[in-house]
Amino acid sequence: MSELKLMKGNEALAEAAIRAGVDAYFGYPITPQSEVIEYLMTERPEQRTGMVVLQAESEIAAINMVYGAASTGKKVMTSSSSPGISLKLEGISYLAGAELPAVIVNVVRGGPGLGTIQPSQADYFQSVKGGGHGDYKLYVLAPASVQEMSDFVENAFDIAFKYRAPVLILSDGLIGQMMEKVNLKGQQKRLTDEEVIKRHDSWAVTGKTNRERNIITSLDLQSEKMEARVRRLMKKYEQMEKEDLRYEEFQTEDAEYLFVAYGSSARIAQKAVQLARAKGIKAGLLRPITLFPYPKKVLFDLADQVKGILSVELNAGQMVEDVRLSVEHKVPVEHFGRTGGIIHTPEEVLEALEQKIIN
Amino acid sequence: MNVLDIIKPENQVFCKSKLMTDATLSYCPGCGHGTAHNLTMEVVDEMGISENTIGVAPVGCSVLAYDFMNIDITQAAHGRAPAVATAIARTWPEKYVFTYQGDGDLAAIGTAETIHACNRGENIVIIFVNNGIYGMTGGQMAPTTLEGMRSSTSPYGREIKSMGSPLKMTELVANLPGVYYVTRQSVHTHKHARKAKKAIKKAFENTRLKKGLSFVEIVSNCNSGWKMTPNESNIWMEENMFPYFPLGDIKVNGILK
Repeated sequence: MSELKLMKGNEALAEAAIRAGVDAYFGYPITPQSEVIEYLMTERPEQRTGMVVLQAESEIAAINMVYGAASTGKKVMTSSSSPGISLKLEGISYLAGAELPAVIVNVVRGGPGLGTIQPSQADYFQSVKGGGHGDYKLYVLAPASVQEMSDFVENAFDIAFKYRAPVLILSDGLIGQMMEKVNLKGQQKRLTDEEVIKRHDSWAVTGKTNRERNIITSLDLQSEKMEARVRRLMKKYEQMEKEDLRYEEFQTEDAEYLFVAYGSSARIAQKAVQLARAKGIKAGLLRPITLFPYPKKVLFDLADQVKGILSVELNAGQMVEDVRLSVEHKVPVEHFGRTGGIIHTPEEVLEALEQKIIN
Repeated sequence: MNVLDIIKPENQVFCKSKLMTDATLSYCPGCGHGTAHNLTMEVVDEMGISENTIGVAPVGCSVLAYDFMNIDITQAAHGRAPAVATAIARTWPEKYVFTYQGDGDLAAIGTAETIHACNRGENIVIIFVNNGIYGMTGGQMAPTTLEGMRSSTSPYGREIKSMGSPLKMTELVANLPGVYYVTRQSVHTHKHARKAKKAIKKAFENTRLKKGLSFVEIVSNCNSGWKMTPNESNIWMEENMFPYFPLGDIKVNGILK
């Protein structure tokens, strides 16, 4: 049974986790995402579904708890915000290397360092360019509404188990903190231990029965074996690009100018498109929903149609590099964005388009 | 009497556990790790719990424990084994979960994870092999390196003023209410190995009874890292390690001795 509610993004995500039949959540408080663990603790999910919720001693411990439960085939997640995600990166690299399914949520705040608790999109590089050590990528989903904070939990787990790989939900303080109406899905049943074993017996460590022992590790001291592991990972990422790319276009059919923006910035850019059209400027928006895989081909093709592209991000210019790589110098590409926790207005975005691209 | 008359199954006191694989141990000849592995597997085998046992391997010399123990094992990031074990025990409360860690892993980089898993009283077993040195990386100073002991990063001997005192992690965790059983053993003689096995068995029994955390330290040698022959290293261990890390039970059934 679905249910319509008015909720904060962080709360909607937490409620969706319970409803998606998640087995465990391990977290550590940090602004602006503490509502996730607060909501879970208040809701007593151990009584609702048997879901385990534990406040760890650090973000490092939390991500390694995720690694532990994921090793056994359980559906497990954590959430944090920028400085906390930096701490989790070692564990995220291990999850990728050991090929474990897990969901990590980053409700981004401004940085570097302790930065600010206000919203930001300055963790783009960290999210899509690796972040942790080694040759790996994360499948990255960028929600732009409270509804998507809720919906993407299940989507993220589907991808995590499809590829046996960690998935990142890259939100920000704006989406996490704002309230919107959200249509919550009905309760999914959590898998029983027997079902988990049946489903994941080929790899998960659940106790060695009448089969070869299962080992979870990211270590291969033989170079050839390690290279084979890296190639296996790369193959997954290629498959993600083919099968699981997601994006949304808004008024691009006749667009002469294009905004590219994700998450909260996409919401603002959407309004800027309307303001532009009211002034007679044919603007459109491409919103990548997955930041890896990235809609490279879509951008490459749109570059034949538009006169210029503005990458709108709440940072000093990160995704703009991928936009430029995608369009291969066919048209001018510029960046606009505020930092430090300041959220640009649609008017500022339109002004930037006029100054940096049109004029 | 011919010696072959004595070598019979019924006379055999020590043998390779059925739960040890045939892989050649990566440990240096004379190192205590092999014995500690074997004793752990003997306990798991004798209790008939191998199908319900999940091990957590560390980073360090015993990172490859999964090559030698024929059970399901996940290998944790450096120092994080108690956090990994916490999650497995929480999501599979009927399983036997143990970590196998060295001193650098458990008492340096993983101090926070160790203390907090102990403090929460997670229903797991921690087997802590303390040889006072970083073996795998080539003999650097460990948190448990003794005063005056030479290593590649304390080439003139550990100096307390600048490097701190050797950390008695076992005594530290014994003071936490969540910890049910704490003992310090060694495996360098038959007598000691037998006692250590008894301790490991008690620890796994505690898991079965859901008593909380059991912590078994095994003071061991590192003949390569200490730059001694195996025999010399065992004598050196008795003369130098045991006075600082005395053997015996520290906490039994939740009560400090």
